[in-house]
Amino acid sequence: MITYLEAIRLAQQKALATDPRVFLYGQDIGSFGGAFKATKNLAAEFPGRVLDSPLSEDAIVGMAIGAAIEGARPIVEMQFADFSTCGLNQIVNHAATLFYRTSVPCPIVVRLPSGGTSGGGPFHSQNLEAIYAHWPGLVVVTPATVEDAYTMLLEAVNIDDPVIFCEHKFLYYHLKADALPENALPIGKARIARAGRDATIVTHGAMLHESLAAAQELVEDGYEIEVVDLRSVKPLDTDTILASVARTGRLLCVSEEWPWGGVTAEVIARVSTEGFGLLDAAPMRVNAKDTPVPYHPDLWAAHRPTASTIAAAARRLLHI
Amino acid sequence: MSKKIAPVTQSDFIKAYRVMLTSRVLEEKLAGLYRAGMIKGGVFLGRGQEALSVSVGIQLRRGDIFAPLIRDQGGRLAFGDTVLDTLRTYLGSQLGSMRGRDGNIHRGRPRDGYYAMISHLGAMIPTVAGALLARRLKGEQGAVGATCIGDGGTSTGAFHEGLNAAAVDRLPLVVVVANNRYAYSTPNSRQYACTDLLDKAAGYGVGAHKADGTSLLDCLQTLRHAIHAAREGGGPQLVVADLLRLVGHGEHDDFAYLDPELKKSAFGSDCVLLAEKHIIDEGWHTADEVASWRRETEAEVNATADRVRREPSPDPSEDDWAALSRPEYREQYSAS
Repeated sequence: MITYLEAIRLAQQKALATDPRVFLYGQDIGSFGGAFKATKNLAAEFPGRVLDSPLSEDAIVGMAIGAAIEGARPIVEMQFADFSTCGLNQIVNHAATLFYRTSVPCPIVVRLPSGGTSGGGPFHSQNLEAIYAHWPGLVVVTPATVEDAYTMLLEAVNIDDPVIFCEHKFLYYHLKADALPENALPIGKARIARAGRDATIVTHGAMLHESLAAAQELVEDGYEIEVVDLRSVKPLDTDTILASVARTGRLLCVSEEWPWGGVTAEVIARVSTEGFGLLDAAPMRVNAKDTPVPYHPDLWAAHRPTASTIAAAARRLLHI
Repeated sequence: MSKKIAPVTQSDFIKAYRVMLTSRVLEEKLAGLYRAGMIKGGVFLGRGQEALSVSVGIQLRRGDIFAPLIRDQGGRLAFGDTVLDTLRTYLGSQLGSMRGRDGNIHRGRPRDGYYAMISHLGAMIPTVAGALLARRLKGEQGAVGATCIGDGGTSTGAFHEGLNAAAVDRLPLVVVVANNRYAYSTPNSRQYACTDLLDKAAGYGVGAHKADGTSLLDCLQTLRHAIHAAREGGGPQLVVADLLRLVGHGEHDDFAYLDPELKKSAFGSDCVLLAEKHIIDEGWHTADEVASWRRETEAEVNATADRVRREPSPDPSEDDWAALSRPEYREQYSAS
């Protein structure tokens, strides 16, 4: 069985093996293999191409940008998504503006180990896809399955634009697949993870699995919930969302992000402006609470959306 | 160091002076256009920093990388930028290298090794370091990357992270600090507490070079040594030049905060006038000949400005408004 984490390691291995332009740069990723072992054994297998960096997120991203200008395809690891804010300037002001300003693309992949795990606390749990999606010039992906973790990372390396790869730490170990696919939906296309007729849940990342569990729970109430896995939040596959809402008439957006200006807000804005006539009820959303992510497992479990809070929201949506 | 470093010759000096002169004349034109309200956006001049800046750009080779900063008009011209593209970018011509999407000093041609700075100071240091790392990974040897910064920029995290990371990998990076005494209005006394900015070199484990920023000869010699040391495998080199910014931060700034004592100090002189005097004192050219160079340059700059002013502005209806290179990723926001 291949875990989500192993899929990420294997994608990097394949990228290094097949494309001489690829190299990896980040903290502890060399002989140590990374804080989560996403680069385990790669330094030995690809000498000189898997490089430990100093503890300098700004320099890590800045160096990736310079390397990309020179034709390389760097994959850089932020040890935790939370620390990418120390490299925010290079990501949003340099990588994201380079093509528009100079016509020279910036093919870097910034891996962000994202999202909450029990005991992670305020600085090792964040979901930052919305802030990166806010800036023009970035592609932001949020793989929710082992298969997507693999194929989307490989695709990200081949994209000429900077890609923010939000891999979810909660999925690292327990999500498993028998084999990895050769082909997949391209980045920019959402996936109907579960077909339904009564309401649409639009979600991404680890919340896909909570949403699927919620949908299963609602089967007992006689409801069939359609679940859309966004896969990438930018570009956002509005067509697939609207087509689903056209079938169900009801929309619930679920995200582990904070609510203010996030992916749920964007999806609801688009459906409300472009598909208002498709809605039989006001759209709803479930997000994490608007506080820092708490450390204690009991607080954390109540901070993020779960299958039961999602199911409760879906029941309210369905009973309108 | 394996190879002997050639001394700066009369020919080197005069060639560099001519670029300094072009930079000075061009910037005087930009200031005039600014006062006439013809510039799109701000104007930020390098007056007083030409000797240092030209010395960086002129001693890099084809295939090297140069990431200039705000006051590097001279270095830009020396590295291959043109009067034409400078004017196009300041005047907002559609034909400029940035096509109206960015302006003034934020211009470059990255494919030619001439990087386009972002405004966030220090950001170009790790960028050039990464470019040099990529060259190394490709098996290319012998290229040097240089980038410029001021005294204010040395206080940024990016300066620290970039120089440190470059030092760890012993990359052939030259970081040139123009200590021009002011970061916008902030004096050195509120910028750093070490005795000299060059003291930082020891902390990073990089080569250290001090230059008299008012002396073209000293700048040329110092940069020649620093670039040579980087090219020969000596790792990053930090150059600190003492000079004085002879203008405000931008043309909007009256520079009222200038301490008159600084103007009278050793580094308060005008490097262009000193270089001109050197040429005349050495008997290389007469004052009349030097004056004729200025007139030639002024004629070229004026003619180019007249031409650029007739060029088209960018057309909003024809811009593709695409921040991503992949057409299929471009989103349409119907609500906007």
